[in-house]
Amino acid sequence: MTTDNSGDVRLSGIGKTYGSFTAVHPLDLTVPQGSFFALLGASGCGKTTTLRMIAGLEEPSSGTVHLGDQDVTRLPPYKRPVNTVFQSYALFPHLDIFENVAFGLRRRGIKSVKKQVEDMLDLVQLGEQARKKPHQLSGGQQQRVAVARALINHPKVLLLDEPLGALDLKLRRQMQLELKRIQTEVGITFIHVTHDQEEAMTMADTVAVMNAGRVEQLGSPTDLYENPQTTFVANFLGTSNLIEAEVDSRSGDRISLKAGGGKLTLPEARCSASATAGGKILVGVRPEKISLTHADDAGDIPEGRNRISGRIADSSFIGVSTQYVVDSPVCPEFEVYAQNIDRDPRLVPGAEVVLHWNPAHTFGLDAAQDIDAGVETVQPEEGVAA
Amino acid sequence: MAAVTEAPAPPAPTTPATKPPRRRGRFTPYWLLLPGILWLLVFFALPMIYQGSTSVQTGSLEQGYKVTWHFATYWDALSTYWPQFLRSVLYAAAATLLCLVLGYPLAYLIAFRAGRWRNLVMILVIAPFFTSFLIRTLAWKTILADNGPVVGALNTLHVLDVTNWLGWTAGDRVLATPLAVVCGLTYNFLPFMILPLYTSLERIDGRLHEAAGDLYATPFTTFRKVTFPLSMPGVVSGTLLTFIPAAGDYVNADLLGSTDTRMVGNVIQTQFLRILDYPTAAALSFILMAAILAMVTFYIRRSGTEDLV
Repeated sequence: MTTDNSGDVRLSGIGKTYGSFTAVHPLDLTVPQGSFFALLGASGCGKTTTLRMIAGLEEPSSGTVHLGDQDVTRLPPYKRPVNTVFQSYALFPHLDIFENVAFGLRRRGIKSVKKQVEDMLDLVQLGEQARKKPHQLSGGQQQRVAVARALINHPKVLLLDEPLGALDLKLRRQMQLELKRIQTEVGITFIHVTHDQEEAMTMADTVAVMNAGRVEQLGSPTDLYENPQTTFVANFLGTSNLIEAEVDSRSGDRISLKAGGGKLTLPEARCSASATAGGKILVGVRPEKISLTHADDAGDIPEGRNRISGRIADSSFIGVSTQYVVDSPVCPEFEVYAQNIDRDPRLVPGAEVVLHWNPAHTFGLDAAQDIDAGVETVQPEEGVAA
Repeated sequence: MAAVTEAPAPPAPTTPATKPPRRRGRFTPYWLLLPGILWLLVFFALPMIYQGSTSVQTGSLEQGYKVTWHFATYWDALSTYWPQFLRSVLYAAAATLLCLVLGYPLAYLIAFRAGRWRNLVMILVIAPFFTSFLIRTLAWKTILADNGPVVGALNTLHVLDVTNWLGWTAGDRVLATPLAVVCGLTYNFLPFMILPLYTSLERIDGRLHEAAGDLYATPFTTFRKVTFPLSMPGVVSGTLLTFIPAAGDYVNADLLGSTDTRMVGNVIQTQFLRILDYPTAAALSFILMAAILAMVTFYIRRSGTEDLV
């Protein structure tokens, strides 16, 4: 890695309002050169608007955009050293694949484009298709043309606006790896907008989770997953079981909590809310961290683990794992994912069970938030900026 | 394992199986075509055959006409009236070009910039059709009147000196000159240019403009390399819809022109209705038709629109 910072993207106080509607609240964001950065959020959260402001396709209502040391806020898109892979690819239907890819080079007055275009088409494995028209290609091939058309210009930053949204699941997986490979190969800063949390986590080094025009949390995928700071992040990224609990006492780096008559322990380092005795906080745990033991064997559970008792309400066999929904006094729909290594035949709906997990896997959140924020239901469309 | 592989039997069908239903309505498409085909037969094919036979007849009104396969009528008609043919093509081409130059920006504006005014502007484009073609053309007589404001302004600005020199106008008048006829043709056929242009511009995905801008194309280059090529189907159909009727038009030349601006349409009309020389009129009609057909075929081949989406 070089110390070159010309591919840094620096957003300072950048915001966008449409009349009285605020699409993006003024936000500060720095994306370092060479990183794969994802803007993750549901539709209407402002992630595409943010991307379009970097591309110059949308004029910010406030703030500035810097690429490296250059202020590009007032530059039209055709003068910015960034390229975009559009959601619907926006390939030029009247030009063949070769000319689509050569478009940017030709506009910059480069005469001998043949070699470069052919190399680029080879990189995306489309050398054979050079003389076809876009509509003759499959969705995945069109997507690769869109990437090639942008990458050939060696932009400082490549912007990807939900580029995989139109592909089927299998192809999407394949393209995720492909894009990641290309990014590592060319070392360009990628900013990727997506609503697919799995996609963001697989591909990006850093993910910014956006909600209602704000960045909720920014961090590495593991950090976001293990240490969500808000209920939105906890629910939007994967699934979280959130329990309302009362702070009982604090001893050293541990916080003792009372929830539905039982006791839970939470490491202080993993609590993003201020925990004062008698106050309320939300306690969360991921479904795959939890072990399930039949109530008859409750005595075998080692000491020191967080426990909750309940009854299995539903179970579904997925193959690699079985997903249980457990009805417990503290949380009506406690989700547990158990790997299918040794299946206990007694764990069927109706069975009384004890849920237990290592306290280190517990995280604490501010109880003043909506406990269901970010739960994947039908999101209200806000019309502007998907 | 046999028990496992046996799936529960599906419920028995409630109605006894019958032989597959006869495919009814196999001929429906043809029945639906019938009225159109009959219409074309009676009002297009039959008159064509009739005109074709007229064009090779000889005789006179008093003694009656007979089919004598006298193809010389074609040659005579062409050698006598070639200036009018040439004029028709030139006037129609000029009007078509003017329509394109005037109509394209308007169609572009309606398609991309009009926003909520779009429907209103569209209505304004079509509004002239609510008045008769004849009345609208007559109105141009008033507009271009010798002592009217248009001629006055053009005179003051010395535009008429230029057009006189070019041979488009003569003296201090616009009326009864080629310019007036071309203006009339342009005015009358402008909507036929705008509508197809608008349709093909409106179909262009706005994201293509963004993509071009993103790939270093200035707005002008975007227009040249993306918008215009993609609007070619509209340009081709617009120019055809303007050129074809304009080449056969006689109303504009009749009302706004003079004997020096007669187009082939005027000749055909005179031959048919005044001189009553039906063979010559029919032959002229066929020559015009063949000429237009040849030009259109050449034009479509050249513009290569079949390659466009």
